[in-house]
Amino acid sequence: MTQYILRRFVNYLVLTVIATVFSYIAASLFFYPRRRYLGINPPIPEESVDGILSAYGVNDKDPVLLRTWWWIERIIFEPLSQKLGQDLQGNWVINEIVGRAGTSLRLLLLGALLAALLGVTLGVWGAVRQYKASDQIVSYASFILISTPTFVGGVILMILATNFNQLLGFQMIRFTGSYTPGITGFFPQLWDGFVHLLLPTIALMLFGAAGYSRYQRSLMLDVLGSDFIRTARAKGATRNHALVKHGVRVALIPMSTYLAYSFGTLVAGSAFLEIIFSWEGMGKYGIVAVQTSDVNALAGNVCFTAILLLFSSTLSEVLYAALDPRVRV
Amino acid sequence: MSMNAQQPADRGADLAEDLEPTAHLIAEKADTTASQQEKAHRPISRGRLVWRRLKGKPNFYIGGAIVLAIVAFALFGDLFNIYTQGQQDSFNFNSPPSAQHYFGTDAIGVDLYASMTSALRTSLLIGFLAAPTATLVAAIMGSLAGYLGGPFEMFTNWLINLLLVLPVFYVLMIVSPAIADPSNLPGAIQWLGFMPAWGLLVIAIGLFSWMIMAQIVKNQTKSLKEREYVKAARYMGVSTPTILRRHIIPNVASLLIIDGALGVAGAILAETSLSFFGLGIQAPDVSLGTLLQDGTGAAVSRPWLFVIPASFLIALLTGVALVGDALRDAIDPTSEVNRA
Repeated sequence: MTQYILRRFVNYLVLTVIATVFSYIAASLFFYPRRRYLGINPPIPEESVDGILSAYGVNDKDPVLLRTWWWIERIIFEPLSQKLGQDLQGNWVINEIVGRAGTSLRLLLLGALLAALLGVTLGVWGAVRQYKASDQIVSYASFILISTPTFVGGVILMILATNFNQLLGFQMIRFTGSYTPGITGFFPQLWDGFVHLLLPTIALMLFGAAGYSRYQRSLMLDVLGSDFIRTARAKGATRNHALVKHGVRVALIPMSTYLAYSFGTLVAGSAFLEIIFSWEGMGKYGIVAVQTSDVNALAGNVCFTAILLLFSSTLSEVLYAALDPRVRV
Repeated sequence: MSMNAQQPADRGADLAEDLEPTAHLIAEKADTTASQQEKAHRPISRGRLVWRRLKGKPNFYIGGAIVLAIVAFALFGDLFNIYTQGQQDSFNFNSPPSAQHYFGTDAIGVDLYASMTSALRTSLLIGFLAAPTATLVAAIMGSLAGYLGGPFEMFTNWLINLLLVLPVFYVLMIVSPAIADPSNLPGAIQWLGFMPAWGLLVIAIGLFSWMIMAQIVKNQTKSLKEREYVKAARYMGVSTPTILRRHIIPNVASLLIIDGALGVAGAILAETSLSFFGLGIQAPDVSLGTLLQDGTGAAVSRPWLFVIPASFLIALLTGVALVGDALRDAIDPTSEVNRA
């Protein structure tokens, strides 16, 4: 069992390295950082631009493979904080990741966890009450929520919060940035962090839960029709016992794989929310990197995301093994 | 659900409720056979069966009506409007929806109604072209990998697994500079530069969103490969492309149809997200994403600029999802009641 998980982990680790290197090569091919220094008045001499770009290792006059080789060399030989090079602002990418990771993870982990819990619960509940009014309402609501991109949902929540604040007469829900500067003391800071988390987490949770609940509902419907549920009922198990111990457990097995596959969607969704709510997190760093043709920053961001997904995939393998005894041989 | 507290006597009724769906199925089956007898036992074709089940789904009508209405609006909406896309009305800046500007105008007097029809045409075009492209790639890659096995399957597996650690949206973001400005295309594919931005978006979305479907097609193909008729064809010397076309693809066609239908929503969503962050369609062209981007800043002060594109986007995606869901219910063999 441990060996199985370990093997999968190593497999994902190799994929993470490949994904990062590939994204570096692709970004080097498609990005054109020189544009930042063109069209400036007075014009910068070409040699100076070459010098700046070469210092960052993104000069388009060097062949892409050579640049990639230098980049890999730097990862192997430089000290830890300089491994991924500098972004075009001159900051070390590793330092940026360390500084921003906490902000992103707070939103992402909380949102993903709540989305999974809510989605599974709603899915099971809907399946048990198939075709009843409550199931229909949840179904249509999730169809609409799936169809609402997180950046639209985030803006709608902001409008609602603004109206709510106006109704209250003071700013209860603050939603710009991830914290209010200048607040001191442990509990005020905790409350402030919570208030800022509120809207983006709700947006991410609803978006994720809508998709999960549809999938969980169809899985649960398959299970409800199976013989072992009827057998359990015939042997005298209560309806709840049969549904939870025999039904939900089986219906959760494919769900654990689906959660791993869809975590990437949530990562992208939370990146949109970071932009909408002006959070200085990794998602915003990645999107700004694309907007400013910043190859090193983008590669660092992909590396961070890939490691995140590496852990979520491994976790889903563990979950799979915990739920399905057939894997644990 | 307070079932735990129930008396044993209640359980019988409960069980009957559990069994009810089965009874319902039997009744439906009897119904089907009765109607079939009129046709002198002629077996019903699969297409007709799917169509008949589809006709019984309210989701199909609701979703279909929404999608059709939006497509009609995109195609014919301009007939009722005197403004064209991008045209500025110098006397009406920031005007709310009125008889003159049905959807209002933005800060420089551009008519939102004209922008909406144009944006919807772009977004619909991308959605309806990119999704079948992705499905086609999935069908080819999946069936080839499952049928050939060996190194090609390993290569495909590897590509599919790469998706597990690299979200598709990141891949689209990396290639997006080429969509915004074709001069950013790398040397080897520079010749694609003649394409408009929406064409490049179709290619990008089609090339990078086939993985999950290919995985499913691959697994199906692996089991189909062992069937007698496929083996027979192979031993008779039928070529691989012909076997795939005649025997494998028709067997996974229903999966592909569902994927194609649901993929439309995914493709529109991908395009909208890219354009929203300035990475897709660029001004002066408009798409739902660029309109939403312009409207977001004004969401509170001039709500029509945000609310109208957002409602159209949500309605369109919901409509597509409803049709796709009804189609899945109608095609899915596990809900088959006409096995006789």
